[in-house]
Amino acid sequence: MTDYNKGKIKSVAGPLVIAKGMRGCEMYEVVRVGNEGLMGETIKLIEDLAYIQVYEDTTGLKPGEDVIRTGAPLSVELGPGIITNFYDGIQRPLLAIKEKSGDFIGRGIDVPSLDPEKKWDFRPIAKEGDELQGGDFLGEVDESKVIAHKIMVPPGKKGKVAEIKSGAFTVNEVIAVLDDNGDKVELTMKQKWPVRIGRPFKEKLDPKEPLLTGQRIYDTFFPIAKGGTAAIPGGFGTGKTVSQHQLAKWADSQVVVYVGCGERGNEMTEVLMTFPQLDDPNTGEKLMERSTLIANTSNMPVAAREASIYTGVTIAEYYRDMGYDVALMADSSSRWAEALREISGRLEEMPGEEGFPAYLGTKLADFYERAGRVLTAGSEKRMGSVSIIGAVSPPGGDFSEPVSQNTLRVVSSFWALDTNLADRRHFPAINWLTSYSLYLDFVRNWYDENIDKEFMVIRGDMMAILEKESELQEIVQLVGQDALPEADRALLEVARMIREDYLQQHAYHEVDSYCPKEKQFLMLKVIVKFYTEVKKAIELGISANRITGVKIKDEIARMKYEPNQQFSKRYEELIKSIESEFESLRNQ
Amino acid sequence: MKDKDLKSREYRSVTQVAGPLMIVEGVEGVAYGEVVHIRTPGGEERMGQVLESQENLAIVQVFEGTRGLDTDETRVRFSGDIMRISLSKEILGRSFDGLGRPIDGGPELIPEASLSITGAAINPTARAYPDEFIQTGISTIDGMNTLVRGQKLPIFSGSGLPHNDLAAQIARQATVLGSNEPFSVIFAAMGITHEEANFFMNSFESSGALERIVSFINLADDPAIERIITPRMALTTAEFLAFTYDTHVLVILTDMTNYCEALREISSAREEVPGRRGYPGYMYTDLSTIYERAGRIAGRKGSITQMPILSMPDDDITHPVPDLTGYITEGQFVLSRELHRKGVYPPVDVLPSLSRLMNEGIGEGKTRADHLGVSDQCYSNYAEGRDVRSLVAVVGEEALSERDRLNLKFADAFERQFVTQGPDENRTIEQTLNLGWELLSEIPEGELKRIDAKYIDQHYKKASPAKTGE
Repeated sequence: MTDYNKGKIKSVAGPLVIAKGMRGCEMYEVVRVGNEGLMGETIKLIEDLAYIQVYEDTTGLKPGEDVIRTGAPLSVELGPGIITNFYDGIQRPLLAIKEKSGDFIGRGIDVPSLDPEKKWDFRPIAKEGDELQGGDFLGEVDESKVIAHKIMVPPGKKGKVAEIKSGAFTVNEVIAVLDDNGDKVELTMKQKWPVRIGRPFKEKLDPKEPLLTGQRIYDTFFPIAKGGTAAIPGGFGTGKTVSQHQLAKWADSQVVVYVGCGERGNEMTEVLMTFPQLDDPNTGEKLMERSTLIANTSNMPVAAREASIYTGVTIAEYYRDMGYDVALMADSSSRWAEALREISGRLEEMPGEEGFPAYLGTKLADFYERAGRVLTAGSEKRMGSVSIIGAVSPPGGDFSEPVSQNTLRVVSSFWALDTNLADRRHFPAINWLTSYSLYLDFVRNWYDENIDKEFMVIRGDMMAILEKESELQEIVQLVGQDALPEADRALLEVARMIREDYLQQHAYHEVDSYCPKEKQFLMLKVIVKFYTEVKKAIELGISANRITGVKIKDEIARMKYEPNQQFSKRYEELIKSIESEFESLRNQ
Repeated sequence: MKDKDLKSREYRSVTQVAGPLMIVEGVEGVAYGEVVHIRTPGGEERMGQVLESQENLAIVQVFEGTRGLDTDETRVRFSGDIMRISLSKEILGRSFDGLGRPIDGGPELIPEASLSITGAAINPTARAYPDEFIQTGISTIDGMNTLVRGQKLPIFSGSGLPHNDLAAQIARQATVLGSNEPFSVIFAAMGITHEEANFFMNSFESSGALERIVSFINLADDPAIERIITPRMALTTAEFLAFTYDTHVLVILTDMTNYCEALREISSAREEVPGRRGYPGYMYTDLSTIYERAGRIAGRKGSITQMPILSMPDDDITHPVPDLTGYITEGQFVLSRELHRKGVYPPVDVLPSLSRLMNEGIGEGKTRADHLGVSDQCYSNYAEGRDVRSLVAVVGEEALSERDRLNLKFADAFERQFVTQGPDENRTIEQTLNLGWELLSEIPEGELKRIDAKYIDQHYKKASPAKTGE
């Protein structure tokens, strides 16, 4: 008799295993491969042959060993316990793996994603007799100090609440029973969702609010909206990872999902060490209380790297469904694309550009499209968002390569990291001339109402100065600075001030690491004030040399290090000092 | 399953030999990654590894080359085991070939452990973040791009540049301040010349450090495919010493470009879809399984610091080998042909050089509180000075502003005094930082925007002339 749940390995090459006797196996079904039960996923089917990408190292596998079907696609477990946790690319908790296999990651380790022992204090929200549908709240638990984890009816389930409990339960215990026209639906705090399918929602909405990051270059010049997408491409050493870390630390989303996809082990360790210690400026609690990390470092199996960004985005969507604003950082999407290329190569598919599969663009678009501000599922009117910020690592720092180009086609904020700026330690090394944000028009109103009507106007003026500077620089390169008219020389000085004293932001400085929007606005106003005085002085015929020699410049240079809380006082002082110094300049 | 002694499965059914690969048919139960022993018709013993295992067929890469193999007489024996290296504490001071066989005339090791050379990924939750400053005695490294224990920091060089001298100097001088813990160097050579290998051995010998060195040497005329194995042998040894014997290990891998070429050779023999410049698409992943084996583990005393050396073909930093390396390693030292031509040793170009872990390893209690500021400030003035230098070529020195002139002067002094030092000159971190202050004191105080005001008060124009040298 043929056993349809079991096949045999036919061949092994790297992460790709071909199994025979697999008729009936579905595309993207999870299978257990070989005597050690390594986890894998079906990615191609021919008659009774299944092509399987294996999520663990395949060394030692032999033809003839069993391949066992699980009947389910690659899924994540969703429920309390995700926040503050640290997973690998297929949602296995790394701490639990460490307990089982020690400091090095072993193979064939099967650990539950959510702790089956831990009891959570479940407080019901729904009442007996309520008619509920997928997405409606059953109750909530305090998952961390800042996240009230809403327990929802899983998508597709519905009915009248027949029973709802209250008290401490594990994620596997039944906490509610729905009566769906006579069928009893037992619900626990855990639900499963296949990672490659986006979770349902009612409607996608336009972005409206900015995702404030406390980083001046983004907030002021190239904002991303809540529910938006952004890409940070840059060659090595330009600060992609530091930028991603900064965003994960300071973005004003309620939940952060950080996916370390094919990057360095030490970087993940850094996140793991710093997040539990840093304070979240929005809640006052530690950053870890709102974060979950997914780490598939570069030397961990390549197929699991491919899965990791889907694992991350599914978790993000789950918290979005609760009504939270979620930010997902994917560092780096290029490594994900390379994993795709490697598997595609092993499948002997016809390659597209630079060996990447022809469906690279489609897959990238599918991923970024899972971002968005939505009206969530459920009968209540509730909004939530997923913002995706993907780092891109173009080979040789050349943005014309396929991953960068395909990403640009789908993201709306583009933060171009520049090797020249990084070489000069201008950090964040985001080039202000080539970067852009398509969210400016969406968030303009928000800035007008929540910061100041002047804010966007000043932003425009500053950009104009920087544009003008780049034109002038070309002339300076040819004829030297002396040949410029006085007004232009003064403008160069102001441009330098914008670059060095405003755009440069020190990620490791205790104050400068996070710059609140109010401070950004005041800092801009200081520079505007300076520029106004400079223009006045030039009109009076004061030479550019004397103007650029003013002492106040040094004080302005240090304003970013002034404590955020008392900055409005410092601002008044600075404005006064600028006035008095130019006053005396004019009187000389 | 048929009962069959899996340990001794010998076949004479080689059907194809091409490039470094050999196909054996009619085989059964061959594991992916299994080690293969081959006997040529001439009676020579060779080693190989299974690259692809199918039901009746195995594709084997032959490390020592396929010359002399045939499709008739050649005997192939599958060992039933994956690639391993036998290790013991006695390995210190020994030399091996690229496949881990002794070449120093000494006896085989009596193994304490036999470890798989592929290793396993360190669980990121088990890592300890590297933060212990290693003093190399070289200003451009200690001052500007600090190396810390457990870091992987490559030297990007070009042919004809003194990367070997630099690496040897680092290996000789590296110390952790105030630490007396066991320290050893593992030297893995891939496809370097006899001369280069000799240079390293002599340099180690003259420093009296030979008994704490283990070398794995695959020379330029040794089989190319062996190079796939060499770094893994070296790193498995490093892990053994670091995590079993609490040793701090510095691993020097040279030249990674040769390693990548061997990888490309196998890939093209397998007719795989090539990535950039014919290198396989999985080269990033493959390199990461080497570089990521550096690090520290929480609760264990030893550490592995890696210093891979690679030559950039045509000095092109965007070539796939340096490019992918830079994406994995925690920074890079870039050697500059221009500085070398000017007679600057070591010709480290600090602008594209970087140490990502520097911030954690410096500052109060580790080096000195003003370290970061000094480094950032020197960096910034040097960068501007270099820009001015190219400007001068166009507009002449007269057109420069006062600020530009100062930066230009700074850049020249920086290269002459700070970067330049003797191949045996071992500067302490104090000397390096004071030297930095000496140069910075020529810049007006107000321009030093990257340094905290309190350090400016402490050090500006106060640095005692740095005493350098022995």
